[in-house]
Amino acid sequence: MIPELGHFAIALATVIALAQGIVSIWGAHRGDARFIAAAPALALSQALAVLFAFLALVWSGIVSDFSVINVAEYSSARTPLLYKITGTWGNHEGSILLWCLILSVCGAAVAGFGRNLPSALRARVIGVLGLVACGFLLFTLTASDPLGRIWPPPSEGQGVNPLLQDPGLAFHPPILYCGYVGFAVAFAFAVASLLEGRVDAAWGRWVRPWTLGAWCLLTGGIALGSWWSYYELGWGGYWFWDPVENASLLPWLTGTALLHSAIVVEKREALKIWSVLLAITTFSLSLAGTFMVRSGLLNSVHAFANDPTRGIFILVLLGLVIGGSLLLFAWRAPVLQPAGLFAPLSREGALVLNNILLCSIMAVVLAGTMYPPFVQLIFDQQISVGPPFFISTVVPLAAPLMAAMGLGPVLSWKRAAVAPALLRLWWAALASLIVVLVGFYGRLGWAAVGFGAALWMVLSALAEIAERSQLFRLPIGTAWARLRGLPRASYGAAVAHAGLGVAVAGMVGMTLASHSIILMHPGDTTKVGRYDWHLVSLTDGRGSDFTSRIATVAVTNARSGAPVATLRPARRTFPLQQQTTTDVSIKTNGFRDLYVALGDERDGGIVLRINVNPLAPWIWLGALIMAFGGGLSLSDRRLRIGAPVRFVRRQRTTAVKVAAE
Amino acid sequence: MSAQMSQKSMLGRRVMLGAPLVVLAAAGGGWALMLRRMAGGNFDPHSLPSQLIGKKVPDFDLPGLNGGAGITGAELQKPGRTMLVNFFASWCIPCLEDAPMLNQLAKTGLPIWGITYKDKPADTEQFLSQHGNPFGRIAVDLPGRVAINWGLYGVPETYLIDASGIVHWRYAGALTQRVIDEDLTPLLHRLGA
Repeated sequence: MIPELGHFAIALATVIALAQGIVSIWGAHRGDARFIAAAPALALSQALAVLFAFLALVWSGIVSDFSVINVAEYSSARTPLLYKITGTWGNHEGSILLWCLILSVCGAAVAGFGRNLPSALRARVIGVLGLVACGFLLFTLTASDPLGRIWPPPSEGQGVNPLLQDPGLAFHPPILYCGYVGFAVAFAFAVASLLEGRVDAAWGRWVRPWTLGAWCLLTGGIALGSWWSYYELGWGGYWFWDPVENASLLPWLTGTALLHSAIVVEKREALKIWSVLLAITTFSLSLAGTFMVRSGLLNSVHAFANDPTRGIFILVLLGLVIGGSLLLFAWRAPVLQPAGLFAPLSREGALVLNNILLCSIMAVVLAGTMYPPFVQLIFDQQISVGPPFFISTVVPLAAPLMAAMGLGPVLSWKRAAVAPALLRLWWAALASLIVVLVGFYGRLGWAAVGFGAALWMVLSALAEIAERSQLFRLPIGTAWARLRGLPRASYGAAVAHAGLGVAVAGMVGMTLASHSIILMHPGDTTKVGRYDWHLVSLTDGRGSDFTSRIATVAVTNARSGAPVATLRPARRTFPLQQQTTTDVSIKTNGFRDLYVALGDERDGGIVLRINVNPLAPWIWLGALIMAFGGGLSLSDRRLRIGAPVRFVRRQRTTAVKVAAE
Repeated sequence: MSAQMSQKSMLGRRVMLGAPLVVLAAAGGGWALMLRRMAGGNFDPHSLPSQLIGKKVPDFDLPGLNGGAGITGAELQKPGRTMLVNFFASWCIPCLEDAPMLNQLAKTGLPIWGITYKDKPADTEQFLSQHGNPFGRIAVDLPGRVAINWGLYGVPETYLIDASGIVHWRYAGALTQRVIDEDLTPLLHRLGA
């Protein structure tokens, strides 16, 4: 009964979403106050309906109702409760419902928190979100029903994919989706502004917090996904340039660009058209990332069901959403007039450079991801584009980005000069240069440049804060007062920039990793990095729904022989799902990871994958710092819509009233 | 003059701002073509070609289900007629969808032999009594070793073997009416079965 009610709730939500789209946009267009006032209520009720449907699915998962296909295929009676719940969104149908839920909650959030928005703009934003939601709810209802029944019900479900039985991955989709879908709000603002025919400083101020929130979550989501592939897949790497990974990176790149260009819109009323296009692009890439991957077109280690019929539906839907918004853009964007002029060398100029470089990286990654399927389509050739391509194209674009990142924040608006800016950063530049030279001396090669760049990003972020507070120039008490008086957004930006520096240091460290894949028998010893690895024993173990083979590896310092760590990597066999997973064992001291994964057993021995990964944890630490910086910036009072906006709103409501009369 | 200039630049702006739409249209057209050809079966970005296509099946010797006749590699290397070999298991849900399709194929007189994959014989018996038994013979691969030699990706998987023992076609996943009509039936006609 409950699944049927959930199914009905999806149908109800679809209808409400359609009404939400039509009533709100039409109402805003006609200036009809009653229709405009209906928008928030519709958004709220749509969110409630989708929430009900989602809870119905979770309920079916918790009580193991195997008459629901979804539960029968992805859960079992023996599955731990946590994974019974998270398993509901670990599959195609459930994850699309989760996606719809987040989208409708975003709409409700605009309705709830957007009281300070001009009501017509708010209605348009809610209306656009409603139309998007309507399309995807319709998809859920017709082509991807999460609550479909199977008869007769099997006595036992298939069980959760063991790879997904992991807390990191269980919460990875919700966080990633919150990031993806969060950009829907920026998209809705962009489309609403095109409908309205105006983009102003206030638009930048409203779009920024939503973009920032989505960006933080996407950063966290990508980091979590990469961490998962590092410790769960057991391949010794953290990023494989896999289409699914790239699909999450693309909106992150344009989202980062949008974050910066929205600043220019807010402060200087320039880059309006560009920011609108970025908002549309970012959400389009999020959509394509979520749905194209799931249509089975992109070949991936994370491949899900491959279903061309669904693919057509998705394609039409994406065509309507993305094509419709770009058509509107082509038609209405010429109306938007730029206001603020600036010299190429200025804060705005630096932000434009940031945008160009970020979008170039995006274009390169997009090309590399899309090239194989298109080549196969046109020339009927199977090729694959691997890490060498991505590394050799992304790094040259990322390098100037990192250099400019330190310089940009100390440039002044409108017109600036490089020399004084460099003068303020001389010590950061000097320190980075020393690191590069020391690195070259230590025969680190290109990695030395990487470490230098990482240090440059961290130090220049610190220098910017020091500069703003006049630290070391004013008496310490005054400087302290200035430090405390700095807006949190400044700290947030500096922390996020420094976080990227930390992450880059981690990535550069990983290029220096030493690794070995070797067949060992109990009692054997091998040397990898500066350590001796001794395979002590191979034993058997049991878990709740798996059996395992556990190796005990003692690691000692190769020179002194002092014990460093004992690692216990395992291979788990899940009989129900016929699957084997590796349980990587990692010991970290914060500066390097000792990493062992088990391979196949052969001739009484076992294949071990041994890695020593310098600075590996810094990658995720850096990403966390970046997300934290974003959060810090989000908590800035200026981003909470304040007094000047209320003034604008009063002006606009009178304008609406006049129009209504 | 200046009005003309601004009109020209306005046109330029329009062309420039319409460019994203053109890019999207090209990408969308490509995707649509891929999906169409994917649905038609002549475009597969995942194509995981079976190592067995064009070859004979590997050697093996499996016992039959509950004392029935088993299956050996030698028999399939010279079967003397075109036939299907289907890997299945009672615990596999797509196999439920596969069962009616196999029953339908068996009714046409096409011999189908089954190999159970990591499935307890008692469970297999129950599965067959519930969903029908299209198989001429059923062998039991409890440890799943033979499946590895065949290069199985999962269950269900269906192989088409001709009279001389050459594997012509492999399908991973539950058979659908469409796959039978568009892939299997034409192949069977060509092989003269």
